[in-house]
Amino acid sequence: MTIGLSHYLTVAAILFTLGIFGIFLNRKNVIVILMSIELMLLAVNINLVAFSAFQGDLVGQVFAMIVLTVAAAEAAIGLAIVVVYFRNRGTIDVAEIDLLKG
Amino acid sequence: MPADLNLEAASPELTLAIGAMALLMLGVFMKRERGELILWLSVLLLAFAGVLVAQGSGTVTLFNGSFIVDAYARMMKLLVLAGAGIALVMSVEYWRDRGGLKFEFPILVLFATTGMLMMISANDLIALYVGLELQSLALYVVAAFRRDSARSAEAGLKYFVLGALASGMLLYGASLIYGFTGTTEFVKIAAAVQPSGVSLGLIFGLVFLMAGFAFKISAVPFHMWTPDVYEGAPTPVTAFFAAAPKLAAMALTVRVLIAAFPAVTIEWQQIVVFLSIASMGLGAFAAIGQTNIKRLMAYSSIGHMGFALVGLAAGTPEGVQGVIVYLAIYLVMTLGTFACILAMRRNGRMVEDIDQLSGLSSTNPFMALMLALLLFSLAGIPPLAGFFAKFYVFLAAIHAGLYALAVIGVLLSVVGAYYYLRIVKIMYFDAPAERFEPMYPSLAAVLAVSGLFILLYFVNPAPLVAFAGVAAKSLF
Repeated sequence: MTIGLSHYLTVAAILFTLGIFGIFLNRKNVIVILMSIELMLLAVNINLVAFSAFQGDLVGQVFAMIVLTVAAAEAAIGLAIVVVYFRNRGTIDVAEIDLLKG
Repeated sequence: MPADLNLEAASPELTLAIGAMALLMLGVFMKRERGELILWLSVLLLAFAGVLVAQGSGTVTLFNGSFIVDAYARMMKLLVLAGAGIALVMSVEYWRDRGGLKFEFPILVLFATTGMLMMISANDLIALYVGLELQSLALYVVAAFRRDSARSAEAGLKYFVLGALASGMLLYGASLIYGFTGTTEFVKIAAAVQPSGVSLGLIFGLVFLMAGFAFKISAVPFHMWTPDVYEGAPTPVTAFFAAAPKLAAMALTVRVLIAAFPAVTIEWQQIVVFLSIASMGLGAFAAIGQTNIKRLMAYSSIGHMGFALVGLAAGTPEGVQGVIVYLAIYLVMTLGTFACILAMRRNGRMVEDIDQLSGLSSTNPFMALMLALLLFSLAGIPPLAGFFAKFYVFLAAIHAGLYALAVIGVLLSVVGAYYYLRIVKIMYFDAPAERFEPMYPSLAAVLAVSGLFILLYFVNPAPLVAFAGVAAKSLF
């Protein structure tokens, strides 16, 4: 069996879905949400690199590099906000993020 | 040197980016009293960028076609710069009352504004993503800016998590569009997409992309972050959120749909009509039970984005013209209303309950009159500017044959009028509450200018409509 484009796309789609479910079904910890976000962005990168390789077009790989860079910045800012939140509340339990609602 | 490296067209973005970094250095190396100085320098920088934007003419593309400056981009950039600048000016006294302004605040606003200008000018999926993230990353931090406040930190955390989710969906859509068209440039995507035989993958990509945009403009069903972030973030930050980023995201959505996907208008029209009706409906009904005025403004902004989407759903130059006029008038109304909200202070503390406005007409007649005007205008009552804003988008929808959408929109705007008029009733007919502290001159000025604009708009609507018309034509 040769590995074709659709296999890569399937893996990426599965990873992406796992990422989304990781955000919504997770009831414990904000760090898990950050991990899920990374998972989604990595799924996108698999998509981009697979398309790029199968079309012989470099733009997709450039795009993937930029996504990697931005993902690093996003993780840094996310962790900083989590730290600020923890200092205020003393917990990062998802179930206790409930000061604002209505 | 490539022929199209014409940096002059990108000078507003370059000025803002370099200026923001220079101010950052200035803030780090100065000793004391630096916050307000940096803030005023930032306002000057925004004004200077506005002058640079206004000087451009014609349509210029640069960076291999990934960046475009046309009449549409210039119009939207001017609106965004004005929104950001006025939001900064309105924030000065708020921070002064809270033990001084940290100089990072204006710098982050500058970076976010740079990102917004890049979004507006994006002509390529990569440029779009980079601009959007520059904006979003700065906004996440600004939302959590009051580090000692649990509510501000929670607003930042929620905004970050849901914003990152939206960015992920947008990117997934972008990757599919890239895969099924073989290019990331809007012009080439438009050429590659044919109305006959649209692939399923491309439609999937478009839907994911739209989901990302819907989040950024807070259209239903991706609106859930808006009320929490509006309530939790510091009030000047909320004013900034309601003004500038909404406009930039809407401008981006319009450009992507019109410039990159003209061939599949029928497909995206359905999505936009759904987003529009859902947003107008939720904006009208969910706001009724609110007691916090910042939450109420969040639902109000959701509803207004729904009305603006009516113009986009038409998909015609007239519709886009309506969207631009709508956004311009929405900007003025929002800034005016937030000037009032920032003036709701007692004993040095912000008051956010709607009931606290009761009897405002006898304790502060000027503020009550202006706020009543703004609320009537938000509700869309003639002859105020808000009425014309709605009129243009509904007219465009009718001309495009979207009769059902226009009728539903008008009905929902009647429902929405209820909660605006309720505030007017509280201000004018309820027993006076304790008096607010005197209004700061900067807030009073913003309030007076915005009130006069919406009151006198009908005298000469031609200039704004004409500018919007030129801007809309440059997209098609």
